[in-house]
Amino acid sequence: MLHTLSIGELGRSLDSGQISSVELTRHFLGRIERLNPALNALITLTAEQALATAAAADARRAAGERGPLLGIPLIHKDIFCTDGVRTSCGSRMLDNFVAPYDATVVARLKEAGAVMLGKANMDEFAMGSSNETSYYGPVKNPWDTTKVPGGSSGGSAAATAARLAPFATGTDTGGSIRQPAALTGVTGVKPTYGRVSRYGMIAFASSLDQAGVFAQSAADAAIVLQAMAGFDPRDSTSIDAPVPDYSATLNAPLAGLKIGLLREFFEGLEARNSALIHEALTIYRNLGAQTVEVSLPHLPLSVPTYYVVAPAECSSNLSRFDGVRFGYRCEKPKDLLDLYTRSRGEGFGAEVKRRIMTGTYVLSAGYFDAYYLKAQKVRRLITDDFRSAFGKVDLLIGPTTPTPAFAIGAKINDPVTMYLNDIYTIGANLAGLPGLSLPCGFVDGLPMGLQLIGPHFSEAKLLNAAHRFQESTDWHRRSPPGYER
Amino acid sequence: MIEWEVVIGLEIHAQLATKSKIFSGSATAYGAPPNTQASLVDLAYPGVLPVLNAEAVRMAVKFGLSINAEVARRSVFARKNYFYPDLPKGYQISQYELPVVKQGKLAVMLEDGAVKTIGVTRAHLEEDAGKSLHEGLGAGSGIDLNRAGTPLLEIVSEPDMRSAKEAVAYMKKIHTLVRYLEICDGNMQEGSFRCDANVSVRPRGREKFGTRAEIKNLNSFRFVEKAINYEVSRQVDLLESGGTVVQETRLYDSDKDETRSMRSKEEANDYRYFPDPDLLPVEIDEAFIDAVRATLPELPDDKAARFARDFSLSAYDAGVLSASRELGAYFEAVVAELSAPHGGSAGNAERNAVHAKLAANWVMGELSSALNRDNVDIAVSRIAPAQLSGLLARIVDQTISGKIAKEVFEAMWSEGKTADAIIEAKGLKQITDSSAIEGVIDAVIAANPKQLADYRSGKDKLFGFFVGQAMKATGGKANPAQLNELLKRKLGGGAQDA
Repeated sequence: MLHTLSIGELGRSLDSGQISSVELTRHFLGRIERLNPALNALITLTAEQALATAAAADARRAAGERGPLLGIPLIHKDIFCTDGVRTSCGSRMLDNFVAPYDATVVARLKEAGAVMLGKANMDEFAMGSSNETSYYGPVKNPWDTTKVPGGSSGGSAAATAARLAPFATGTDTGGSIRQPAALTGVTGVKPTYGRVSRYGMIAFASSLDQAGVFAQSAADAAIVLQAMAGFDPRDSTSIDAPVPDYSATLNAPLAGLKIGLLREFFEGLEARNSALIHEALTIYRNLGAQTVEVSLPHLPLSVPTYYVVAPAECSSNLSRFDGVRFGYRCEKPKDLLDLYTRSRGEGFGAEVKRRIMTGTYVLSAGYFDAYYLKAQKVRRLITDDFRSAFGKVDLLIGPTTPTPAFAIGAKINDPVTMYLNDIYTIGANLAGLPGLSLPCGFVDGLPMGLQLIGPHFSEAKLLNAAHRFQESTDWHRRSPPGYER
Repeated sequence: MIEWEVVIGLEIHAQLATKSKIFSGSATAYGAPPNTQASLVDLAYPGVLPVLNAEAVRMAVKFGLSINAEVARRSVFARKNYFYPDLPKGYQISQYELPVVKQGKLAVMLEDGAVKTIGVTRAHLEEDAGKSLHEGLGAGSGIDLNRAGTPLLEIVSEPDMRSAKEAVAYMKKIHTLVRYLEICDGNMQEGSFRCDANVSVRPRGREKFGTRAEIKNLNSFRFVEKAINYEVSRQVDLLESGGTVVQETRLYDSDKDETRSMRSKEEANDYRYFPDPDLLPVEIDEAFIDAVRATLPELPDDKAARFARDFSLSAYDAGVLSASRELGAYFEAVVAELSAPHGGSAGNAERNAVHAKLAANWVMGELSSALNRDNVDIAVSRIAPAQLSGLLARIVDQTISGKIAKEVFEAMWSEGKTADAIIEAKGLKQITDSSAIEGVIDAVIAANPKQLADYRSGKDKLFGFFVGQAMKATGGKANPAQLNELLKRKLGGGAQDA
């Protein structure tokens, strides 16, 4: 049962020669072949390349090289550019786009010896909370294939939950790692803005986008984040600060840890969801942590603020998809305007167009001050709220999502209801804070997530708190029915 | 009849002379085959990010210091959004609300010698776009993105200029300055230095500005002057015939010498500027500014003032000779060589001033016209400063006359030898031996009895005839002053005889 082992256990098996990376890779490729058709989690398979990389990893190991990810398979969200491999971003616009270079995240994991099995489905250009906006069709939740896996990193989440790979990469602009992690019962980490390079990660909203990881546990996530994090001179917003040893502090005691309960997160929270969070708090108290209630008065403004800032940036970021140099181009354009309007009109899906239009509107002359500028001011207030909260507590805790996974098709025609799915996750993005979602129980047989948010660069503390919780619980070890084998 | 006053403001785009682009590592060299200097960043591939070239910031700060402007401690790059095939990202990265260089000013000398101060509102950094290619591609168009991402400094003036000539004088001054600072090669044919002109007219005495038109992309001083003059008369004609000027962007057609409407204000893009989230604000501290200040060369105005003071030159000559660093350096080298052998000690101020004036005349006269004629840059002049001073030394010591010197200069220009070698080889040494000159004069007088008689009967103008004949007889080598004096005596002496 190779797919139930942790990355640490797999590494030891590889080091001892019990298994080879090629065997491990074949095992997961076999699972993908068998299980992916029902999930649609992967949209590109790189089996041949994976076996070659695995063979190379085995050779590196034979030559004496060691490394926690050397020979460990993974799946990349299709938002990361992968040299020589199609990078679609879930869009018809890039259906034919083969990236000519590796994103920094991809290059670092490659350097560490990780083996890419394929690319994961996602909401188009990472715009969505259900993975239903993908050009390649929705991803199914392995816990119930009539349900969404969340989004936008729905493919990465579903693949990790179904054990199609030991881990997967994702990106989180408004909750796109934490929300699907919660809805599929895996551990998802969104690092501090600037902790992981954005170079080669196709931009949605540049001031909010952050790459992160999906894994079976906080301990596995610590290993992966270690390889991904660090300064990149090609990303001016990446931060030149040392990366701590995330695995080293996983077992640190939690005695004296001050955990803040976000009052705004519990107001109106559904009772069964609330009960799970309170059970989690009991565990933390048993581990020696103190819990205090804190208030972030501007936090309820997160969603409207986000839906001004993110569309504004995306309307500009997506201008480069014009049918001129790469990507989709309409048939027989009559003239330049026709080339632009039809290439973009046919290449982008409805949600992407909605956000480009919203963003264009809020940046327009006469509306800029009322929308964009005001949103930036509120963003500052939300950031200040978090800062003052972290003057009192070490971590904030609350639910990741308001509800468990919802049915495919239930919200796709109601954007505002869909947007409210990210009500608990968006605040961390606006303030650039690290956040983590870990499984904390079930509602209606579907997994729910507990969210931890910390001050800037507190990933080690978040992973430590999550790991200690996971040592006391087994929610993260539950496998969706039918995917155990 | 209404007297109209012209109001002009210029937006000058100076391409900064960095080795690589402002946000990518691609080279900025001009003239490479299309798209060979365009990286994934320049092509705006999905996922790529800009990284600011610090050298471009340094150059902008250098400019700011040179016009006594305030350098912003914090400036911000913004995105200017619009679609165009030569703009790969669909936005241009520029500076909008917070430019790197704030208000400054520049003294400009006008044609009549008056000095006018022109305000510089701001100067900001931005990236250039690529180029669309329409020739030789059949029905289609091509795009060359070599220029995309080349750093530009946009220098925006106040609407302080009141004529096309003033605008040109200001633009020339900025041109001089950026080359002094070595932040722009100033090459206008290649588009490294170009401007947009905002032109309006108003009845003289009225405070409120008239509606302006913006003339885009003027890439020569001559075009700036002609385009503004055309635009002024167009606007005046329009207003005097009861029409109104509309705010619009116009293009200058140099073949037809006219401006044409490109787009009106209503059709203008809404650029949706907002701070670029991919780039951090540019923070500049005192230490950085001090380090840049330490690299400032002597500025054109300072050099001109020094030339005027140390060499007793007129303001005009000092201005011309300081118009470029190379010209100023050449001139100074000639003066130094010329004065050196004499020791240049105290009490020689008067003689040094004579040397300087001589050097100034030759550098601005013969040398400049030869350089212009053969399109040679002064930095690689065929006559080095030492050679020119060698020639001028022979004028000073009266070995040759100024007229012969021009002949020697031409020979030096084409043959590259020293003045002495040419004077020797061609036997051009001036005749200063009085008896030799007297002999020639006697022969000339003897050969022209009729003219002698006429002169003596009062036709003074014939004096020139005798000078010419005598010079001709000596092959132009007679010392002119001596010749004049002796001739006057001999011709006059005859009159006394009568």
